[in-house]
Amino acid sequence: MALALRHGTYMMWRELLALWRQPWWIAVTLMQPIIWLLLFGELFQSVVEIPGFETSSYVDFLVPGVIIMTAFFGASWGGMGMIEDLNRGVTDRLLVSPLARAALVAGKVMQSAVVILVQSLIMIALALIIGASFPGGVDGVLVMLVMAVLLGCSVGALSNGLALYIRKEESLIALLSAVQLPLTFISTAFMQKDLIPGWMQTAADFNPLNWAIEASRTAVLEGGDWGFIAARAGLLVVVLLLCGWFALRAVGAYQRSV
Amino acid sequence: MNAIEADGLTKRYPPDVQALDGVSFSVPEGTVFGLLGPNGAGKSTTVKVLTTLSTPDSGTARVAGFDVTREAAKVRRAIGVVAQNPGVDGELTGRENLILQGRIHGMPAPELRRRVDQLLEQFGLAEAADRVARGYSGGMKRRLDIAVALVHRPKVLFLDEPTTGLDPEVRAAMWEEIRRLAAEEGLTILLTTHYLEEADELASQLAIVDRGRIVVQGSPEALKGELQGDAVHVELAEPAQNGTATGLLDGVPDVRDVLVEGTVLRARVGNGATALPSVMAALEAASVSVASVTVSRPSLDDVYLRYTGRAFAEADAEASRDSSGEEDR
Repeated sequence: MALALRHGTYMMWRELLALWRQPWWIAVTLMQPIIWLLLFGELFQSVVEIPGFETSSYVDFLVPGVIIMTAFFGASWGGMGMIEDLNRGVTDRLLVSPLARAALVAGKVMQSAVVILVQSLIMIALALIIGASFPGGVDGVLVMLVMAVLLGCSVGALSNGLALYIRKEESLIALLSAVQLPLTFISTAFMQKDLIPGWMQTAADFNPLNWAIEASRTAVLEGGDWGFIAARAGLLVVVLLLCGWFALRAVGAYQRSV
Repeated sequence: MNAIEADGLTKRYPPDVQALDGVSFSVPEGTVFGLLGPNGAGKSTTVKVLTTLSTPDSGTARVAGFDVTREAAKVRRAIGVVAQNPGVDGELTGRENLILQGRIHGMPAPELRRRVDQLLEQFGLAEAADRVARGYSGGMKRRLDIAVALVHRPKVLFLDEPTTGLDPEVRAAMWEEIRRLAAEEGLTILLTTHYLEEADELASQLAIVDRGRIVVQGSPEALKGELQGDAVHVELAEPAQNGTATGLLDGVPDVRDVLVEGTVLRARVGNGATALPSVMAALEAASVSVASVTVSRPSLDDVYLRYTGRAFAEADAEASRDSSGEEDR
């Protein structure tokens, strides 16, 4: 375990260096959440006028949704890097070294976590600039960051595991695209829960993305209700463990197939 | 003591590729061993099994004294691997590639720094050390790949087709480097190649692999020595009807191992100078027109022909056709 973590940080260092050298990637990664925040904030601003909508500022309501959604989308592409490593022979070279097997996935997932934290902090700063408020204070914001990282790590591990099974970029892109938007819309990212159709409310209760959004929003907008937040965090930890287990199995399955 | 011992390795890729079909050989410490064979013969699979990347279906192997399946972690500490598909990370600099490998092997930082500087110098990469590897030339990438494999001072180095796709000069420089590693650093090197002259140049012992089996092994000299006499190579003006030409040389004394492929007739004779006139006379008598004739001392190509019944280039082309679109085994 300690070895896997140490090796994971070596691999994370590698991933971050590689990202750092792609100016376009950095630009897009920073721009995308900004665009989402501004665009969705504008697009849906009349939502607050719907009878029964409880938050007076739509941007206040939107910030947790967009932050979690950005973490979810960004991390879900994590498997693409794995496929590139597979194709370039990097994975095989690492597998014949004493690298802890778990670090193969852990490095990429930890890289996602760092990116998510940076992106989230930028969005929070931007939200403050355009006048959003965080009634839940620093504690609330910290909870939101933890939720974003928990969800991002789960999705990242899942995506890397799928990549090791699927091994074709086109197929992975198709699969991820097919789930990203539905999961985003079957959630409360943009709309208060009791204002979406009943079946969607039920479906959202089983959507980990929504667990992260609701816990973050509760923490950021209201502060309190630590029981609810802890329950959602607990569920996300279970999801993370399952995804991690899946990714480890995928590493084993890949190795048996070469 | 043997640095590598393989015993009866088999490996099957579902549904029907028998990549290894009972491979056994051993490599004494401090020597260069060549695995020679056409594409798809099972060389890369042998390397994958010996380097713990793949597990064999049956058979056992020991590398640097450790069992490749039961003591894989210990094997991984003792080996360096340069795969066919270069595993250099293009987004990192040469230096960073080396440092990452050293860290994975748990080398203490000051020692690692010294070792990295030394390797960059040794492989002529000092100037390019802090540029990202994506921009390196093919030869530089290959040298970096080998340097990465050597960071932790392995006991056994695996080189899977180290010069495939390199220019002739770069290849010659690579041969020089491999010879130096074997001579000065006392490394045991297992080299796979489908270049006959590469095996001849570098390997002190070699095994010829064909269709997942080792058909013969020994030193290049010993293998060539077993083929007594000279090789006769006749280019026919037009393709012979198969068998016709073979049969024609039946009556000629001192001629054996006759093989005809297209417009090429090969045979072995005890003494080239004395046998040639009678070979020519026999062909002429059958009104087979001849474009050219050469007589040569046995080469590894002849050894290959003798043990597999196919000319090397033929087998290589055939294997490429068979496996086109498939990954290399």
